[in-house]
Amino acid sequence: MQRDIIKNQHLRPPSAALIFDDGEILWGHGLGALKSVIAELCFNTSQSGYQETLTDPSYAKQIITFTFPHIGIVGINDEDLESNKIYAEGCVINQSIEEYSNWRAQDSLSSFLKKNNIPGIIGVDTRYLTRKLAVDGAKKVALIHFGEKKESFDNLQQKLKQWSGLENLDLATSVSATNEYQWNYGLWKQNVKDKKYDNFPIVCLDFGIKQNILRNLKNLNFNPTILPAISPTKEILNKKPKGIFLSNGPGDPDATIKIILPTLKELIDLKIPIFGICLGHQLISLALGGKTKKMYQGHRGANQPVKNLINNNVEITSQNHGFEVERSSLPNEVEETHISLFDGSNEGIRHKIHPVFSVQYHPEASPGPHDSAYLFEEFYNLVKKHA
Amino acid sequence: MPKRLDIKKILIIGAGPIVIGQACEFDYSGAQACKSLKEEGYKVILINSNPATIMTDPDLADKTYIEPITKDFVEQIIKLEQPDALLPTMGGQTALNVSMELAKLGILKKHNVKMIGANPDAIELAEDRQKFKDAMREIGLKCPESFIVEKLPKAIEVKTRLKLPLVIRPSFTLGGTGGGVAYTDKEFEELCQRGLNASPTNQILIEKSVSGWKEFEMEVVRDNKDNCIIVCSIENIDPMGVHTGDSITVAPSLTLTDKEYQILRNASIKVLQKIGVDTGGSNVQFAINPEDGEINVIEMNPRVSRSSALASKATGFPIAKIAAKLAVGYSLDELKNDITKTTPASFEPTIDYVVTKIPRFTFEKFTGADSNLTTSMKSVGETMSIGRSFTESLQKGFSSLEYGLDGLDTPQNKKINKQTILDELKIQSSQRLLTIGHALRLGIKPNEINNITKYDKWFIYQLKKIIEIENLIEESELSKEIFLLAKCNGFTDKKIAKIKNKSEKEIRNLRHKNNIKPVFRLVDTCAGEFSSKTPYLYSSYDWNFHNTPFCESNPSKNKKVIILGGGPNRIGQGIEFDYCCVHAVYALKEKGIETIMINCNPETVSTDYDTADRLYFEPLTTESVLEIYKKEEENGEVLGIFVQFGGQTPLKIANELENEGVNILGTTTEAIDLAEDRDRFSETLKKLNIQQPKNGFAKNLNEATTIANEIGYPVLVRPSYVLGGRAMEIAYNEKHLAAFTKSALEVSSNNVILVDQYLENATEVDVDIIRDSKGEIFVAGIMEHIEEAGIHSGDSACSLPPFSISKEIQNNIVEWVSKIAQKIKVVGLMNTQLAIKNDQVFVLEVNPRASRTVPFVAKSRSIPIAKIAAKVMTGDFLEDILKEITIKDLKTFNVKESVFPFNKFDGVDLVLGPEMKSTGEVMGIDSTFLSAFAKSQIACGTILPSKGKVFISVDDDNKKFILAIANKLLNLDFSIVATKGTSKFLSNNNLKVETINKVKEGGPHIVDAIIANKINLVINTTKTQGSIRDSYSIRRTALTYNIPYYTTIAGAKIAVDTIEHLKINSLKVNSLQDLI
Repeated sequence: MQRDIIKNQHLRPPSAALIFDDGEILWGHGLGALKSVIAELCFNTSQSGYQETLTDPSYAKQIITFTFPHIGIVGINDEDLESNKIYAEGCVINQSIEEYSNWRAQDSLSSFLKKNNIPGIIGVDTRYLTRKLAVDGAKKVALIHFGEKKESFDNLQQKLKQWSGLENLDLATSVSATNEYQWNYGLWKQNVKDKKYDNFPIVCLDFGIKQNILRNLKNLNFNPTILPAISPTKEILNKKPKGIFLSNGPGDPDATIKIILPTLKELIDLKIPIFGICLGHQLISLALGGKTKKMYQGHRGANQPVKNLINNNVEITSQNHGFEVERSSLPNEVEETHISLFDGSNEGIRHKIHPVFSVQYHPEASPGPHDSAYLFEEFYNLVKKHA
Repeated sequence: MPKRLDIKKILIIGAGPIVIGQACEFDYSGAQACKSLKEEGYKVILINSNPATIMTDPDLADKTYIEPITKDFVEQIIKLEQPDALLPTMGGQTALNVSMELAKLGILKKHNVKMIGANPDAIELAEDRQKFKDAMREIGLKCPESFIVEKLPKAIEVKTRLKLPLVIRPSFTLGGTGGGVAYTDKEFEELCQRGLNASPTNQILIEKSVSGWKEFEMEVVRDNKDNCIIVCSIENIDPMGVHTGDSITVAPSLTLTDKEYQILRNASIKVLQKIGVDTGGSNVQFAINPEDGEINVIEMNPRVSRSSALASKATGFPIAKIAAKLAVGYSLDELKNDITKTTPASFEPTIDYVVTKIPRFTFEKFTGADSNLTTSMKSVGETMSIGRSFTESLQKGFSSLEYGLDGLDTPQNKKINKQTILDELKIQSSQRLLTIGHALRLGIKPNEINNITKYDKWFIYQLKKIIEIENLIEESELSKEIFLLAKCNGFTDKKIAKIKNKSEKEIRNLRHKNNIKPVFRLVDTCAGEFSSKTPYLYSSYDWNFHNTPFCESNPSKNKKVIILGGGPNRIGQGIEFDYCCVHAVYALKEKGIETIMINCNPETVSTDYDTADRLYFEPLTTESVLEIYKKEEENGEVLGIFVQFGGQTPLKIANELENEGVNILGTTTEAIDLAEDRDRFSETLKKLNIQQPKNGFAKNLNEATTIANEIGYPVLVRPSYVLGGRAMEIAYNEKHLAAFTKSALEVSSNNVILVDQYLENATEVDVDIIRDSKGEIFVAGIMEHIEEAGIHSGDSACSLPPFSISKEIQNNIVEWVSKIAQKIKVVGLMNTQLAIKNDQVFVLEVNPRASRTVPFVAKSRSIPIAKIAAKVMTGDFLEDILKEITIKDLKTFNVKESVFPFNKFDGVDLVLGPEMKSTGEVMGIDSTFLSAFAKSQIACGTILPSKGKVFISVDDDNKKFILAIANKLLNLDFSIVATKGTSKFLSNNNLKVETINKVKEGGPHIVDAIIANKINLVINTTKTQGSIRDSYSIRRTALTYNIPYYTTIAGAKIAVDTIEHLKINSLKVNSLQDLI
């Protein structure tokens, strides 16, 4: 029998390490690219959808700890990408990745990481990490996949100490598309519902947009043009949009708003229907006079209960955010529409006068439940009403 | 929405006796429902005929009726109690069926009872296969193409259209009874006929087979605001074609991408909405084509189920408890998550481990049964195991099964080689995963295995990993790295020992020397995202030598006792032992001692994280118990361990544990040995001047023959050291003896068999007592068996108090039992089986532990005897305990009757013997013995006729006893038919009788008459192997056509007395609370 087992991590010396700024080092085995990265360590509790998660641009400058121990079982395929590459800086996985199996699989996760030049570490106790992050809050870490040649970490530790973290860091404009483009694909295995829906042109401001948002919009027969995050108002209006969408994205909203506040304010004043998701929600909240803050541990998973305050229903949502909108900071003309049932934090708002609404969580799911897909319909209705 | 105020009193229907397809998971869910509704201030009325349940403990409901679960009895209870609502979703198919009957007949409406949880329309839509399929089509979901037929010719037309292989599913049966997959014309016709008979509506569904597709289940909870959450997704490792209850399954689903998974999620929610399950838990099953991902809906259960119990234990989300609260009006966001105590119940559990469920079969009990798996469920129990990796979880599961497996071993009782392996892989046997493992050992490629078996490749790769490690261990020095690699892939010490040809102890010592120990992890519903307050733990070797191991066990500084559970349900080891374990927990809680439960059976109340203070969901092996013991010793004081309550499972490891320094509480292992070692036991009885049947032991056939000749035939042959009387037989002559000796030697763990004098037609008695360390004895109950001695005590019906034994003999029994208990210094419970023949008492056997009858005795006398025993075992004295309890004289007769799984096993004979075959029991309580007996019969589905034709065929020895019975039947206006011999005997005695052919004499014969519905009762005793063979088809046909049958004279006599009794007496219901 061919012995794959001798490659098992337990039989080899460590080839990767996770280094904390307090000096703690966790040893494991390397995956993907041979390199080191510095980023914020977070955990994600989804049991499925690692491909979508890794390619979600909102994970820029973050290292993802997957709480589910077996990651990589279903391999990688072309249809489940959320962008054109892995945006996360690295990942931490508990169990080794051997063979994969799924009728749509085209590649293995290990090979995908390598092709994207992203390092990963396996054989680390992810439960320990998760509890550590949950108790102590988000952590800055260095992840190094050193292979067979272990060097001194002094330099890396130095760099880690110097990195100031995600706070005050604008990442959205740097992951944004640099050129405009059109989007033409609908949702996986669902027909585009063009018969029922009028065709409206919209502009999506890209702060790190997930492709499933575009697929959802396309399914409602929208005609989305994606523009760079820092596009001036004039350029946006040139597209004659019937609606504006503000995407999800990474980084500190406080840093990004500084760059795009004027544009956003102008758009709101023009009474064009605006819909925002995640970072888009935070930016809208800031533009309307609210405040945001860094969360202790963030919400990352596909099981997050959100209460819709309008109809009192519970939605199980997909979430990925480390900053939140402070409920108490919301001005009078803004109505809170959704809250988290985990910690009561804000999950959605709408403007009482202007056609503007946004949610903190991810109605496009991918990965995660589709309970909140109705929000895209609401956006459609709003656009239609104001068209 | 807050809870409903228009409801004050709620009737809950339980599931009745344990049968295949309906085990103790419904005690778990029912008990949770009772508790959670009482907590809300509702009055709870409960009906369940199963005395071995926690839910029928008198303090769980306001009124507890241990009565047959039939429309008539439930209606009586409704009239008496006038409940406002009926919760039909907690008692499995039994409760659902009887609730539907009550609804359809307008009984609920008449008495103003609302159905909550699920409404009749929704139940109908989910249960009626055609309506269900139509509904699915309406919401755009595919189902396998199918037709419903009511007659065989129509079925054959359908076959031409859909083409074989085809699945046959009878409507409204439990666990797929009577269904199957037909690959040939012959199989098809047989299955259709059987299915038509099995269905209460004489309907079958013929469905295109999706055998080989992937199978998934979604556990959904919905509230009255249409909030839905998926508690758990379950993936069957066995592809479609094997009943999900018989499949090895994992949670969460592993081989789906998120896109695929979310389609299932959306579809399952749509199914609940469409079917109209207002509130509560349901499960939806899907098949997925592994080639292209096409999804088909297979079925849904609009109630809590076996898989919802599994999902609850797998995730820590108590589905039944939440479902009960939702049924009375709460919504998900208003309820708290019980495990974390900080998060709401409205989030979907997410887990960070792999759960494996493996079914437990007992084919060895049923000679002639087809052990291949199909769409009709055959397993009697299951284990659940938790690991951080699939391999760890799977191998733990195998070692939990109590088959003697220590992991992914070679298939048992099978010689498989390179030539036969490919054919073996094609067989859907209960050992298929082991066969796949063996195929990998033999070098068969995963792809080829996947082609033949359709098991997902990922699972096959994982098995390959296990086999590679196995080879590595075999070939190399056991370095600490290889050791840890093996441990974190689930290799037990015992398995490693076997590979390395060393003792388990040597391996354990080496492991400890290398400091390789498990860590313990929390099951917390949230993958560690939030802190959890509930110590629900499992072990794992998820660590490496480079980092500090992380353990979440945190033992308390309290005084504590570890209670070992009973492991998976099987015949001889069922819910009764779980009941005892749970009561042991209650008793220690009352004493302020911390309780720590170890068990691996997901169906049970003992593995509810609410039951003990701390729960370790772990195999009941020496290795895992020792590791937990050591962990718990790190803080506080471990007073010791209870091995007395979990049946044979914990007893088996008691010696090894004690040798490792574990303190066994109660009766010492020395005393257990004394009782179980027949030789030493005989010596002891001799010294005490107590009579026992003549006996001897033999190591081979020669010795056995010599002993048998000394004792005189018939003799009882059995192996020493087995539970449930495995391989126990009565030999009437030398030829029988030879055959039975061989099979008994095969299963005897020490190659010794026992040959006992068989007391024919003797009365058997069970006695349960408790003794404390001062030597005081409390006689808990004396039970008289209805069937004669020689029928396994677990299969006999019995009565408490005895109905025919004199006071003198009872005194004699108590005296002897007490003497034995004193002599072997029992501390705790002791069960003794005795026989009475010609007013002479014989001691048959003694079990110094909790017995199967403990819950029955406790219910009969309203005395918590398991609790008393647990207190005695931790040092309390009976004197003090009994002061606190009022013990009243029995005003009732209590009859326990056994329930058999014969309808699940084609080709198996129904004759009872010394080998236990029953899966469960029911209880009948009434003021007279015959009324209590009548209830026990109704409760297990035997409806005694009040008129008609009785078929009698008895062996020569029993002919003299049948006269009175036949006479009585004639006086009751029954007519009698009999086969030649019996007929001649009866007419010679001037009784009116018709003669009918035996089957071998040609038609029209007795089986034709049964099929033609001309026979209303069968009395058929047999003795010789020849006559057993001849009359086999009579018993099977009676079973298939639901005709009451009795295979013992004693049973038949009482049945006929009962028929007479019922002509003038009607049966009334009584609650336990009113009887006290």
